[in-house]
Amino acid sequence: MANWTRACATGDIEPEDLIRFDHGTRTFAIYRSPADEYFCTDGLCTHEQVHLADGLVMDYIIECPKHNGQFDYRTGAPERSPVCEALNTYPVKVEGEDVFIDIG
Amino acid sequence: MPTDLQFRDYSLTGPNAGRGFAANDWYTTPIPRKRLKELMRRSDRPALINYGLWLGLVFAFGTLLVAAWGTWWALPAAMVYGVLYGSGGDSRWHECGHGTVFRTRWLNEAFYHLTAFMALRNPYLWRWSHARHHTDTVVVGRDPEIAFPRPPSLRDWLLNLLYIRAILTELSKMLCLGAGRLTEDQKSFLPASEHAKTFLASRIQLGILIAVASISGALQSWLPLMLIGLPTFYGSWLHHVLATTQHAGLAEDIPDHRLNSRTVYLNPLFRFIYSNMNYHIEHHMYPMVPFYRLPDLHEEIRADCPPPYPSLWACYRELVPAILRQQTDPGHYIRRPLPDGAGQTPDHERPRFMAAE
Ligand code: FES
Repeated sequence: MANWTRACATGDIEPEDLIRFDHGTRTFAIYRSPADEYFCTDGLCTHEQVHLADGLVMDYIIECPKHNGQFDYRTGAPERSPVCEALNTYPVKVEGEDVFIDIG
Repeated sequence: MPTDLQFRDYSLTGPNAGRGFAANDWYTTPIPRKRLKELMRRSDRPALINYGLWLGLVFAFGTLLVAAWGTWWALPAAMVYGVLYGSGGDSRWHECGHGTVFRTRWLNEAFYHLTAFMALRNPYLWRWSHARHHTDTVVVGRDPEIAFPRPPSLRDWLLNLLYIRAILTELSKMLCLGAGRLTEDQKSFLPASEHAKTFLASRIQLGILIAVASISGALQSWLPLMLIGLPTFYGSWLHHVLATTQHAGLAEDIPDHRLNSRTVYLNPLFRFIYSNMNYHIEHHMYPMVPFYRLPDLHEEIRADCPPPYPSLWACYRELVPAILRQQTDPGHYIRRPLPDGAGQTPDHERPRFMAAE
């Protein structure tokens, strides 16, 4: 059962960047790709629970600000150590100027 | 006066092990996101210019060394070649370990493995130990890279001018890892999924060293070893002198890089060899920023940091008396002054109960 939650406006995120979105006790990262697509993953790095929102987006990679571990934010797959564990990803839809995520 | 700190256990499995500070506990000078993104951005161009120049100089002075072999001119050629190989290689290994140098990932990896061999370091083990160093910088029982435990060993420092102490450690690590053995300390930060790669890397490095030594033996000449292997010994002294400034004599167990790390102004030649790691507070506070943007990051945060040391000499004038005093007073350390209006050091004591969990 989808649980669509409005996370932000499309313009809240610059192209090739991300923002943090907190919902209840959970924290997420919402990405805008260079091609203007939107994605969502867990907000904390799987290595040492650091907020990815302070990291750097390069193409489809998010680099963690603490130890430069990298994930593919489309799939959550780890791409560079010291991250070994994948991030959870969540479906995203854009309606008008609003970005919604399905956080289950 | 000797204090209980004299007996602090720096091992990662001893009484001071356990958890360090949480990531959020560490102080960072706020920088607007837009500016930080500019500073963090990677570019192949400045990286290729720097690394291309460095590699070109390594080849040029290596060729000079070969041409001058058997004459006295080989001596200055070896001195320059050794520093470029041993010291320039070490700092570039560190930068590529962070993956921040090139935008193109395979270039980072290729240079990382090349320079890890030049520095005779295991590329996988060090990536993980260095991650821990950034998580728990100078936190006793957590940081595997504390080079100056109190009281610091002056003998080891002097031996390391010829890389002797460090190389004995690195070579014995290479042999143990090549044989598939890890110490308890290493197991504490290296996940099992990395073990096979770590062992393989040591075997390959060992194989190359044995091959070069065999060629030297067959040719009855030291030249091959002077080009590959030995420069790590005779050329790392400059890196050692520069890297000593990073944390030696400063505070332990404090979640503020402004107080446990140093920024020292250096001349352009030393900065080239050392890949701008003299901006060490900046590097620790924002490890995402590539070395070629560290001077800009320095300008961004300097008003919030202790005054930078104006020269290497000024730094050693403070550092040497401090580590000499620590010989008899290990509780002593240098307290760096924060400027008026600077952000406060977080008030997080590392709780006693966290130790030895
Ligand atoms: S916390 Fe993200 S890579 Fe270490």
